Amino acid sequence: MQDLESLVTQALGEVVACATLAGLDEARVRWLGKKGALTEQLKSLGALAAAERPAAGQRINEAKERLQAAIEARRDALTRADIERALAAGRIDVTLPGRGEGRGGLHPVTKARLRIETLFRRAGFDVATGPEIEDDFHNFEALNFPPNHPARAMHDTFYFPDGRLLRTHTSPVQIRAMLSHGAPIAIVAPGRVYRCDSDMTHSPMFHQLEGLKVGESVSFANMKAVLHGFLQAFFEKDLAMRLRPSYFPFTEPSAEVDMSCVFCDGKGCRTCKQTGWLEIAGCGMVHPNVLMASGVDAECHTGYAFGMGIDRLAMLRYGVNDLRLFFESELRFLEQFRTLGP
Amino acid sequence: MKLPYSWLTDWIAVPWAASELGERLTMAGLELESLAPAAPPFSGVVVAEILSAEKHPQADKLKVCRVAAGRGEPLQIVCGAPNARAGLRSALATVGARLPGDLDIKAARLRGVESMGMLCSAKELGLGDASSGILELSADAPVGHPVRDYLQLDDTVLDLNITPNRGDAMSVIGIAREVAAICGGKLTGPERRPAVAALADTFAVSLDAPAGCPKFAGCVIRGVDNRAATPLWMRERLRRAGLRSISPVVDVTNYVMLELGQPMHAYDLARLDGQIHVRLARAGETITLLDGKSVELQPDVLLITDRSGPVGIAGIMGGERTAVGADTTDVFLEVAYFSPDAVMGRALRWGLATDASQRFERGVDPSQQERAMARSLALLLSIAGGRAGPVAVARCDEHLPVRPAVLLRRRQLARLLGTGFEDARVQAVLEGLQMRVEPACEGWRVSPPPHRFDIAIEADLIEEVARIIGYEAITESEAAAVEQFRSLPESLASEQGLLEALAMRGYQEAVTYAFVDPLLQSRLFPDSHALPLANPIASDLSVMRVSLWPGLIKATLDNQRRQQERIRLIEHGIRFEHTAEGTRELDTLSGVACGLRVPEQWGLPRELRAPADFFDVKGDLEALFASLGAGCAFRFEPATLSCLHPGRTARVLREGRPVGWLGELHPSLVKELDSVHTPVLFELDVAALTVVRPAYREISRLPHVRRDLAVVVDESVPLSRLAERVTLSASSLLRDLRVFDVYRGPGIEAGRKSIALGLIFQDISRTLTDDDVASLVAAVVADLRASLGASIRE
Repeated sequence: MQDLESLVTQALGEVVACATLAGLDEARVRWLGKKGALTEQLKSLGALAAAERPAAGQRINEAKERLQAAIEARRDALTRADIERALAAGRIDVTLPGRGEGRGGLHPVTKARLRIETLFRRAGFDVATGPEIEDDFHNFEALNFPPNHPARAMHDTFYFPDGRLLRTHTSPVQIRAMLSHGAPIAIVAPGRVYRCDSDMTHSPMFHQLEGLKVGESVSFANMKAVLHGFLQAFFEKDLAMRLRPSYFPFTEPSAEVDMSCVFCDGKGCRTCKQTGWLEIAGCGMVHPNVLMASGVDAECHTGYAFGMGIDRLAMLRYGVNDLRLFFESELRFLEQFRTLGP
Repeated sequence: MKLPYSWLTDWIAVPWAASELGERLTMAGLELESLAPAAPPFSGVVVAEILSAEKHPQADKLKVCRVAAGRGEPLQIVCGAPNARAGLRSALATVGARLPGDLDIKAARLRGVESMGMLCSAKELGLGDASSGILELSADAPVGHPVRDYLQLDDTVLDLNITPNRGDAMSVIGIAREVAAICGGKLTGPERRPAVAALADTFAVSLDAPAGCPKFAGCVIRGVDNRAATPLWMRERLRRAGLRSISPVVDVTNYVMLELGQPMHAYDLARLDGQIHVRLARAGETITLLDGKSVELQPDVLLITDRSGPVGIAGIMGGERTAVGADTTDVFLEVAYFSPDAVMGRALRWGLATDASQRFERGVDPSQQERAMARSLALLLSIAGGRAGPVAVARCDEHLPVRPAVLLRRRQLARLLGTGFEDARVQAVLEGLQMRVEPACEGWRVSPPPHRFDIAIEADLIEEVARIIGYEAITESEAAAVEQFRSLPESLASEQGLLEALAMRGYQEAVTYAFVDPLLQSRLFPDSHALPLANPIASDLSVMRVSLWPGLIKATLDNQRRQQERIRLIEHGIRFEHTAEGTRELDTLSGVACGLRVPEQWGLPRELRAPADFFDVKGDLEALFASLGAGCAFRFEPATLSCLHPGRTARVLREGRPVGWLGELHPSLVKELDSVHTPVLFELDVAALTVVRPAYREISRLPHVRRDLAVVVDESVPLSRLAERVTLSASSLLRDLRVFDVYRGPGIEAGRKSIALGLIFQDISRTLTDDDVASLVAAVVADLRASLGASIRE
């Protein structure tokens, strides 16, 4: 049996020396396969005396098991080493930039407009639109601007040779919406408007949002609540609001809407010219002549209307200090507003 | 309108300092634009009398004056002003005085003569832009008294923004009425004296257009000295109100206009030819105005005329021929009421906006002409002497405006404002505004005063009550909400969704002008008619866009100039289709991709480092269409459009209907516009971008089988035809068809191309066998050979 012991020693040495899983498998076949050296030992048992056979058989089996265990251990080690090697080879620089297309984004005025639309929708207003080329009736006459009225001179109007014009405000949508839906009605109408004016603070094209609510007893007090609620929601700020009497031909009473400056909280700064207030909208109770021109019974209904500059709201919200930037299509400017959501 | 605070206090005891007054007026609807001091700060300047003025021994232009300044001995002052003379009272800056511009006055020697201060001009005291000599104060100015106090220079000028409905507030008396209404005070004002005639002379006036001019007060004044000096106090008030002093006659008319809101005009009587007719212009008539400008008159323009023709445009500006000048001695003064309808809009035709036209077109009190005339005569005669005739008033009462009483209902007030006020308060507010208030069954019957042109309906009265009590007194109240669901059509893609779908593929939304450069637009769309603006702001912004491409191309080029190498822009807006039938506004979504196919990055194969082409943008559109659930409904069909590359242009169709374009800009335009890369453009009708609501189809649980085919066809065969044949011949078991290569070159005859197709077959009820698939593929191959002359590469 001296022979068996040396065989096992030799086999174990070979197993440990195996450097690959394939080599290890060959060694296994060589020693434990059908014609393997240890398997051959079992075949030699027949030559032994019957009394010796059990003990010799047991020794051979023990030797096989030891070798089997050694092979398993070696296999585990080699497998682990293979994985380690693969992992090491697959190592990457995770700080390199990712691949593929970049992200564009929405225009800041669109972002502000969608945010405004969402807020008003939640408050029960529908979103309406109207044409950008208008006629005198919808842009002025139905809104109670008599011909030659000085209030018209405040609208530097773009005209077409046939007398039509580019709408100077979104207010004509009031008329169109009431003519087609009647009352009660609650809408906001955002859109592009045009005035023949261009300088630091004016663009010949800009964006307005018209609001209109008409019903049986829609009041000035309701209008105040809606405008204040909107401004607080839009700016996510507990800001103050005040209404100042003013004049628009299509509302009576009329008011300018001031809100406490969002930059200094009403303490006074450059943006609000030290007044603490920012003029943000115009509003008023719909003039009975406008209701009548829109086919709404002015005795049974009251309503309010308001108009505000979407560009101005966007400027205040995002801290843009020059209106003209919105219309220069400069990518380095536009890219700053790629964030999601209204 | 500029209003000196001190002038207002002549008319009412103002309970507030200027800044608070401004705040109160603002909150009543007369917005304060700015507050400015009447004069810059200075000190040490007193009223002084020149006792003697001798020529300076060493200088021809200087005088050596002995000046009494109230205290101590007279001072010796050297002065260069031509009007320095004995007996004149003027302003003396004494030693130690500080003048505007931080000028400190010290004792000085001028050409060897000592001077103990400086006699000052209006300019040196910051009271005017130019002056011809030292200040001339009146003979009773208190010597030694500080000039600041004497001239009330510690005064504030309020600049108020008067809304177009409030012509009545464009005067000192108008603002005083507002203040009285807000604080409950009483108007005072200068003493009212009726004019007393010293002459019998009158000048005939005929009202030939009484609707436009129903009232005309006239007065003849003879023996006026129009070279007399307008007193400093009047010049100061005019200056503070923003007007220049011209001559006593003009200054007085301006002064009374500012004070009472009644514009008036003075004619040189010697130059008037025959009697005055107030009539409408005749076609082709012209007049040369006071400012020297000659204008042509339309038949709706109201004129003041004499026998020789027009002498003034009513309510706007007088004519040059009869203007008063320094030599004028006899004057005819006009104080008229012109109706707003006769004045409105006319002045703008000639680019004019005069103090008179602004007031008349907003409405001047038709009851105050006599008062304004009396005030002017009193002022003028005391300043420039002369004797006045009787005030003759031509009038046509049926054309004078009437102010019918307006019913104000208590309930309507509460309903419109959402809050009610006590009856007594409402009545007090209205009476404070000089309205006559009588009780009526549901509220009050209110007669507005003649100066209020803006009170015609109940809502006007409600506004008056609300603004005087204050809008802050109306508390916010939420409307009662009604739960009500509005429709939410799933077929309408949200705007945000469409824009985000493209933004996620790298596009940045832009907003460009709706009016564009006609040159660029007609270069792009030579066959389209664009709607031109009658009054564009610039020649390159003068026609309405027929496509969003002119704006996007300009934006692309602008960005290239700003060193942006990769540009992807979209815009959502209106394009204006202008045809003989009219103009249509089409809701449009357009885009441009120019420059690298993907952003510069590492590890890209070579073909991905190329500039974007047709297929990159097509992929973006396909992704957009897929997000509409309508990938299959859209097709791209070869087409041509003159601004696009003729071989790289597709009409986009949805269910066969054209809904847009996709293509690469024509190479000659790329060159002409000097673009670094070829812009790839698309334009889609937003109306076509509706969503198909997803409808579930059963998914097969069985394995699919894929077979690849390399099909060689003529170059002229588009993939769409190939795909159509494959789909038709492969039976409904074909679940997907993929194109994974297009090859030309060695092994393929010239004029042919090899297209590698992946056909994926699957059945819902059984597993397909090799034989099944083999026969399906054989059918496809046979069809392609027969219908397209295809061969199959093995």
